[in-house]
Amino acid sequence: MKDALGSVGSVLVLGGASQIGVAIASSLAAPRNATVVLAGRHDHSLADAAAALERAGAGRVVTVHFDAADFASHDRVIESAADAAGGDLDVIVVAFGVLGDQQADEAGGDGAVRVATVNYVGAVSAGLAAARQLRRQGHGCIVALSSVAGERVRRANFIYGSSKAGMDGFFQGLSDSLAGSGGSVLIVRPGFVRGRMTEGMRPAPLSTTPEAVAEATVRALRDARAVVWVPGPLRAVMAVMRHLPRALWRRVPG
Amino acid sequence: MSTSNLGAAGKLSSAGGKFPEPAAKLLSGWGRTSPTVARLHTPAEPSDVCSLARQAGERGLIARGLGRSYGDAAQNGGGDVVDMTRCDRIIDVNLAEGTATVEAGISLDRLMRTLVPLGLWPAVSPGTRYVTVGGAIGSDVHGKGHHRDGTFGSHVKSMDLYTPGLGRLTLTPDGTPEEFWATMGGMGLTGVVERATIELLRVETASVRVDSQRTADLDSTMAVMSERDSHYRYSVAWIDCLARGASLGRSIVEFGEHASVEDLPARRRSPERALRFDPPKQVGAPPWVPSGLLNRWSVAAFNELWYRKAPARSTGHVVAASSFFHPLDAVDGWNRIYGKRGFLQYQFVLPYSQSDVLRAVIERLVKARAASFLAVLKRFGPANPAPLSFPRQGWTLALDLPVSFSGLSGELDELDELVANAGGRVYLAKDSRLRPDLVEVMYPRLGEWLQVRDRLDPQAVMRSDLTRRLPALAGRAKPRRSGRTFELSALSEES
Repeated sequence: MKDALGSVGSVLVLGGASQIGVAIASSLAAPRNATVVLAGRHDHSLADAAAALERAGAGRVVTVHFDAADFASHDRVIESAADAAGGDLDVIVVAFGVLGDQQADEAGGDGAVRVATVNYVGAVSAGLAAARQLRRQGHGCIVALSSVAGERVRRANFIYGSSKAGMDGFFQGLSDSLAGSGGSVLIVRPGFVRGRMTEGMRPAPLSTTPEAVAEATVRALRDARAVVWVPGPLRAVMAVMRHLPRALWRRVPG
Repeated sequence: MSTSNLGAAGKLSSAGGKFPEPAAKLLSGWGRTSPTVARLHTPAEPSDVCSLARQAGERGLIARGLGRSYGDAAQNGGGDVVDMTRCDRIIDVNLAEGTATVEAGISLDRLMRTLVPLGLWPAVSPGTRYVTVGGAIGSDVHGKGHHRDGTFGSHVKSMDLYTPGLGRLTLTPDGTPEEFWATMGGMGLTGVVERATIELLRVETASVRVDSQRTADLDSTMAVMSERDSHYRYSVAWIDCLARGASLGRSIVEFGEHASVEDLPARRRSPERALRFDPPKQVGAPPWVPSGLLNRWSVAAFNELWYRKAPARSTGHVVAASSFFHPLDAVDGWNRIYGKRGFLQYQFVLPYSQSDVLRAVIERLVKARAASFLAVLKRFGPANPAPLSFPRQGWTLALDLPVSFSGLSGELDELDELVANAGGRVYLAKDSRLRPDLVEVMYPRLGEWLQVRDRLDPQAVMRSDLTRRLPALAGRAKPRRSGRTFELSALSEES
């Protein structure tokens, strides 16, 4: 149960090995030793993340198997996570996602469909299951990790970008649907995050870190915001970018 | 502050069934923080509570009065909440014995408007009249007379309690002491109070004779209170919590007695005039206020003005009882002045031997510049036998803090530890953010209370957001639930 000053009792991370997801869980759980449930596909990376969370001060860390593409299991995973947390999930972080390989995926194979399936369809399915949990408990917040890449989709990464655009739009609508239910949604739109997912890539301007995203997310949760950009100035930058002529926008490098 | 159109609905026609369809309502406490949605029932008869409790869903049920507890004690996210304020009848007034039997949803305001003209006054009156008798029992409230009269619960002769485990019980302090005292200050978790018989005080007037004294610092405040309060029925110190350095703890200390007819001017001595209880109509606070209106400059200016205008010492000042006991009741919805994000109240008690800890806590609050209107300091008399009742012998300090003050969470967590280590405790009815691991330290008789609770409510039907935020209060009782099992791997149990 969240308290008057925003301290939480439990956090669920869907995509439990995600660096940003774990950083958010860590910032939320550490001050009061809250319970964290990590839901993900790979037991060994979940175990590593769990160990890191315990070192950071989380009270109890539980792991549960979760596959974003196994839609039928989503309700069950969230209910079992709630049971493991002792009843309620105060914050549910939707942190899973894959980047894909734009060039290779354009050339063929099932990579593009996988990106769309995990990042968009998986988010729709898990997002709705999470919302049902918030309605059952009459409170709680979904943190949806979107991306600046979805704000205006670019030539250089339009498969990933469009999946995030769809996901972002879905959570905007879900947020409105939860009005009056006690539940809410916070959409987080980070820019280029220097981390495991982007290893070997050249950082874009206004790049950020998982820790900075976590800090901004915790603050936005406390202030009951609906959307947060990380870093903050990206919001203004993207407001301009949205209106660049297509001929120019097409050439923005990846 | 009621959340439904109470009173207007009256009894329901058979077409609507016995109960109206419960409304999903966003409920919060007086501090307006952490609201959650619950199904809100508004029964017209206390006896309806039984069937509501039987039909309660997986997330249990809690009774609610006028929503004056600051935190989440009368919220139950995703569950059922029973608004008792339609059950507000006065069943019997025994003038010979000076007792009244009332339904639990009656407010002290309505009770006083009825009883004061008869020369009767509730034995304990908290800082607001807008609490119900049921709520006053659940929180075991206290007032300015605690050093003499104890808590509200010490003046309850008997009560009817609906319990999920044993049905309706009539509890008295002599006949059923365990159940009776577990319910006093039990935060509504032993059952739903349906009616109660309370003791009243006889008064000649609806006025209070006030002596007051301005003090320059904390030492003199404490000395004045310790020396003088045994001579008065009521006492309280209003501390300026923004005064620093040599002025730390400067206060206006007030002492009061119910005024006798002779204290009144001759023209007001007729019984009708002397006992007229007619608090002014409430002025509404503005519906919308910017969150930053109360900042350390505006509050410091208010406190300074307030301190300066008080005389160094005054005696025999006769005032309306409502302005002495319930000064804030004159403004309807005053909690809104803290803005959308709300506020909290930090109230704790420390044993008399720990006055240096009291000073340390005040110093830290002043240093943190946690803007607050006047804080209230009071000396408590001995504790009653209730395991979860807040008051114990010692100093209690209460202060309001806007939640927009950054760093408040960590600061208060540290103060919790100071208070707990000094043998003190935080008041659950005011709390909205206590460190969960300190509940058992602050309330060492929790285990004893849980044993009684387990008898009265073995399936933990009585639940609230408070029990979710502070799980120690829920104990180990297994709530009713479906029998799903899942594969989970706990990497570690307690860290």
